[in-house]
Amino acid sequence: MHGDAPKPSRLSPLNRRRLENFKRNKRGFWSLWIFLAMFGLSLFAELIANDRPILVYYDGAFYMPIFRTYPETAFGGEFETEADYRDPFVIEKIADKGWIIWPPIRFSYATVNLNLQVPAPAPPSHENWLGTDDQGRDVAARLIYGLRISVLFGLILTILSSVIGVIAGAVQGYFGGWTDLIFQRVIEIWDGLPQLYMLIILAAFVQPNFWWLLGIMLLFSWMSLVGLVRAEFLRARNFDYVRAARALGAGNISIMFRHVLPNAMVATLTFLPFIFAGSTQTLVSLDFLGFGLPPGSPSLGELLNQGKSNLQAPWLGFTAFAATASILILVVFIGEAVRDAFDPRKIFR
Amino acid sequence: MADEPLLTISDLSVTFASGRDRHVTAVDRVSFDVRRGETLALVGESGSGKSVTALSVLQLLPYPLAAHTPGSSIRFQGQELVGAGEPQLRQIRGNRIAMVFQEPMTSLNPLHTIERQVGEVLTIHKGLAGPAARARIIELLRLVGLGAQAEKRLDAYPHQLSGGQRQRVMIAMALANNPDILIADEPTTAVDVTIQAQLLKLLAELQAKLGMAVLFITHDLNIVRKVAHRVCVMQQGKIVESGPVADIFTRPRHDYTKHLLAAEPKGKPAPRVADAPPIVEAKDVKVWFPIKGGVLRRTQGYVKAVDGVDFTLREGHTLGVVGESGSGKTTLGLALLRLESAQGRIVFSGRDIRALRARDLRPLRREMQIVFQDPYGSLSPRLSVGQIIEEGLKIHGLGGEAERTAAIADALREVRLEPDIRHRYPHEFSGGQRQRIAIARALVLKPRFLVLDEPTSALDMSVQAQIVDLLRDLQERHRLAYLFISHDLRVVKALADEVMVLKDGRVVEQGAAARIFAAPTQAYTKALLTAAFNLEATETGVVRT
Repeated sequence: MHGDAPKPSRLSPLNRRRLENFKRNKRGFWSLWIFLAMFGLSLFAELIANDRPILVYYDGAFYMPIFRTYPETAFGGEFETEADYRDPFVIEKIADKGWIIWPPIRFSYATVNLNLQVPAPAPPSHENWLGTDDQGRDVAARLIYGLRISVLFGLILTILSSVIGVIAGAVQGYFGGWTDLIFQRVIEIWDGLPQLYMLIILAAFVQPNFWWLLGIMLLFSWMSLVGLVRAEFLRARNFDYVRAARALGAGNISIMFRHVLPNAMVATLTFLPFIFAGSTQTLVSLDFLGFGLPPGSPSLGELLNQGKSNLQAPWLGFTAFAATASILILVVFIGEAVRDAFDPRKIFR
Repeated sequence: MADEPLLTISDLSVTFASGRDRHVTAVDRVSFDVRRGETLALVGESGSGKSVTALSVLQLLPYPLAAHTPGSSIRFQGQELVGAGEPQLRQIRGNRIAMVFQEPMTSLNPLHTIERQVGEVLTIHKGLAGPAARARIIELLRLVGLGAQAEKRLDAYPHQLSGGQRQRVMIAMALANNPDILIADEPTTAVDVTIQAQLLKLLAELQAKLGMAVLFITHDLNIVRKVAHRVCVMQQGKIVESGPVADIFTRPRHDYTKHLLAAEPKGKPAPRVADAPPIVEAKDVKVWFPIKGGVLRRTQGYVKAVDGVDFTLREGHTLGVVGESGSGKTTLGLALLRLESAQGRIVFSGRDIRALRARDLRPLRREMQIVFQDPYGSLSPRLSVGQIIEEGLKIHGLGGEAERTAAIADALREVRLEPDIRHRYPHEFSGGQRQRIAIARALVLKPRFLVLDEPTSALDMSVQAQIVDLLRDLQERHRLAYLFISHDLRVVKALADEVMVLKDGRVVEQGAAARIFAAPTQAYTKALLTAAFNLEATETGVVRT
């Protein structure tokens, strides 16, 4: 206490301990990195799986077809329409006066492989690493795009529903009394609405896209955290340090966010990965049932559905299963590590 | 006293694993024995390892997190308990050696009736059930002084009983099988002084009647002097001194024992200026909580937590508010700061603040502050010490960044802490240091009126004395007015100019401190004083059980 106080660090000792605990759970720690790598790669899906080259050198000039659209005439072709880089004629033209850098997978999620030697769905081959689906589209490409959209959907849904849930729970727990009573009853009624029917009804009016689906799911998913946060606030609002803050003259908002919320955050953060695991599967299940993204969109659920209807082509089912299962396993492992990190009694030996 | 020791502890050490390869030694080669019919007191401050010693007798520590180093031995009537098997230990726990814990609220299961709680021990060890068990339970409840209503109490749940009654039930459970040794781990710390006196009396009577040995764990030397035959003084896991009570108290040899004996809150408040301007005036202050009932939730009556309190508190003076728990002391303090809504007139430096709106009240909050009882609960665990103290300055928009930092450093120095600690977090500090931080948080706003809600009762005796000295010193320097709420009359005596005795929200007696301590006029005040200073229960019926 005499002069040897540690320098202020960015992380409080408590958070440093938590980080340590998280790292000590090796399984969760590596799961996090693998998951981040998978998700990070899938964010650049256009560079990995695309039917347009990354870079074309033709006649002394560079072209980047990924980002810009060039007519076929730019490469000495005949049509004013966009160049089809999979057309052997175009490839030959370019190869005459330059070269092409392709992404590792030469298919986008919607590209139909017209050169299949066998009827679709085609088994894995040198060209289609994981085979094709029943419309001749490359499974590997669809997997990467599908993974990206599922994880993004889950991530946005988790973040938005947590923010709404935490605020709703905080207001109920902090003010209590009638606010709490009425809010709770409203939630109970709201929770009783059948989500799936709402979606089916909606599908009759609009073509559900990513944002529509997100909005509808959000209408119902924000309730998962309310109970937890509400309980934490109910508990904490009578703590002495909350009273002390009131005695200092602090306002309600400042007490809620400065004094009570940090305590509620431990329970919330512990719960978050598990909510995330559920959310990533939301879109998959909707697509599987056919109430999800419009036809043609890359989707793990749609792939699962194809696997179900094409049992003679096991690569479809296996791929989709392996992808969804590994996302779930990784996220649950991360969740366990987070839980360890926030466990004040956890001792590693 | 007797021949053969009942319980012999020799070279007992307990270590706790903390982190990967680190161990903390909680108990370090402790040796003592307990003989039949005697009371041995283990005394020490918090963290001295006295509770851990007691728990290791029954092998109730969280093994394997805790470990006994080789050579540790606890022999009970010739049986070695360290490393004994579970079946053997279960034969002893609650049967031959019984234990009473500190907190009567949490050591009884809230969902079980008293009959079931006490009956459980009988069923486990004696196989008693049905009417036979019932008869024994009633006998036990009579024994612990829940006599007259014993049969009605059988169906009561813990929350329907008072703290003292709950502790009596705990004792009844412990006595159910006529144990040879009763381990009492701070059994009176969580109850009022009056109840404490009653419980100590009960324990002494029971010991005389049943002839058991008592291992009494406490931090309070006055209790030791009252109840124990022999005493072991513990410091940092070691027994530094032991011997008969009379010897230790008259001729302490070890420095730590001397330090403990000297640590009582002492001194008297300095003489005051009698005509100092009044800071707070209360006129007929009432806090009534409505009791609602019926289908329409109409108010059917009131719990009168504070019922018509008047006083005037002058600048630089201290008003001590004393009473048992539930007497409305804390509610009164909160009402004066408008943290609880009240009726009547509350005048703060000439302004009636009772009906002020929250916004108009905010500037005044600067001048009236509060320090709470529990230093562990009153500091936000996720803010650094600096942020905690700074908060008030920020709310009231006082000073820029640099001025605030200077003010925080000043406040910390004022409570005799190093300014450097402001970057650290509350959990790194001891109870006494935390209480100083809580005082610094109040002081940084330069208040004129401070409500001190039992600021010393969660602290060790020697730390209490330091805090009392600090408070007295601060009062003199800043001419602060204190409303000092406490059930500990020794602390009140050391600080207060005037005393107000509350019972059930009403003022029993009010007047100059010297007069009340020397010549109380009311029976209730007298009972309170005897209980606090002589640890003796009064049989006049003015205090409840």
